[in-house]
Amino acid sequence: MRSLSSVMLALFVMFASSTLMAELKPARQAELRYLLRHDCGSCHGMRLEGGLGPALTPQRLDPWRAKQLAATILHGRPGTPMPPWRPFFTDQEALWLARQLKQGVHRP
Amino acid sequence: MNYLRAFVSLILLLPGLLMAECLTRGTGDMGIIIERAAGSLKVVDTSAHQVLFRVEGLGDLSHASAVYSRDERYAYVFGRDGGLSKVDILCGRVVKRIIQGGNSIGGAISQDGSLIAVSNYEPGGVKIFSADDLSLVADIAATEITDREGKKKGSKTVGLVDVPGQRFAVSLYDSGESWIIDMSNPAKPAIQRFEKIGSLPYDALTTPNGRYYIAGLFGQDGLSLLDLWHPEKGPRLILKNYGRGQQKLPVYKMPHLEGWAMADDRAFLPAVGRHAVLVVGSKDWEEIGQIPVHGQPVFVMARPDGRQIWVNFAFPHNDTIQVIDTETLKIIKTLKTGKGTLHMEFSPRGEEVWISVRDHDEVQVYDTRSMKRTHQLPVDKPSGIFFTARAHKTGL
Repeated sequence: MRSLSSVMLALFVMFASSTLMAELKPARQAELRYLLRHDCGSCHGMRLEGGLGPALTPQRLDPWRAKQLAATILHGRPGTPMPPWRPFFTDQEALWLARQLKQGVHRP
Repeated sequence: MNYLRAFVSLILLLPGLLMAECLTRGTGDMGIIIERAAGSLKVVDTSAHQVLFRVEGLGDLSHASAVYSRDERYAYVFGRDGGLSKVDILCGRVVKRIIQGGNSIGGAISQDGSLIAVSNYEPGGVKIFSADDLSLVADIAATEITDREGKKKGSKTVGLVDVPGQRFAVSLYDSGESWIIDMSNPAKPAIQRFEKIGSLPYDALTTPNGRYYIAGLFGQDGLSLLDLWHPEKGPRLILKNYGRGQQKLPVYKMPHLEGWAMADDRAFLPAVGRHAVLVVGSKDWEEIGQIPVHGQPVFVMARPDGRQIWVNFAFPHNDTIQVIDTETLKIIKTLKTGKGTLHMEFSPRGEEVWISVRDHDEVQVYDTRSMKRTHQLPVDKPSGIFFTARAHKTGL
């Protein structure tokens, strides 16, 4: 019974998150892409191939899941210059950015 | 008959159309503006406030910088992708271009103008080239470090500047060092290494006379100061308590230490993780005060006469410029220039300042006395602005 409910819950979460992903408006997606290139790019390079911060290419990000990357985006990486971006992104937006990075958006 | 005449005149005109005309003029009132997204730059006339040329094909120019040959004809442009381009600003074309590293951050020209040094993130280290043909003169590897993922690599090099005596000074981000590279004998670079200068030096500058080399630290409060008249004394930490033990604010763009913001015997520097400009006495290097500002400062630049300091800010405060009066230490003007205000450059004697506003695709020119906008030029995603007067300044 318990396992059934957790499966249901998982399904619900998946459904809900995919709905939320779909709700990211094209205008906001464009804003986030711009921000990724220009503002994340001030440390990671405009092509996200690295600078003072590491490269954010799909190859390099392969060991991490999108969720882990989203957590890094939101909370930063203590002990490094990576700041928390929580004030600027929702959970969904951070996850969307993480997935973009894993797919490879660095080549315009 | 008319057709023939038209045809002949077309043939005569063709060479002129195919090859850009070179200008015959002095270059002292010229400059370049980086178009960071397009990988191009604009050559400008700072008297006429006009664009003279657009030069393309310079690679990834996000975080690009430039230095000038001593005849002020050539700009050496350092790209993020390791590209080093020599641009003839009178002809508006690239004379020579090489990819010298994987990922670079900037460079410097030697005292005598014969050498170009480039500082690299990937692989870490400094490469030195002939200013003439960009052939490699020296390849200096950085200290090896182990990164967080357990990989061995060369430390990133930052804050590369020229200093008197045909030397360069550079700092090593990961290993916390400053080096002096003496190129008096180009075949045998002599390197003096200073270890444990502080945690994570992110950039550095030299005073206009080339005496002091100051590296900003990201990993701790304070800056590392090296007296190049007395390198044997080693570097020392200054402003080491400027954070007052408070929690650091997040830094969404690293400050840049470029040029030297100085008035009388006070120097002005960006704090890291605090929305403040630090004021320090340049005799004893003790803190005089802190000026609270609009956000995390990125560039803190003095008008050439030293009477005003102009400051821009990191995301999300990068739509603003603040002007500080150096006598009263008060903010006398807050300008809303627009989102993505990335860089500024004063005219050589300071009556004007040119400001890059990325998201508006324009460079705005202000009269520094009235602090009013006088001109604007269309420039695609402008970032660094570099005027030829830099050719004759140590450290720029």
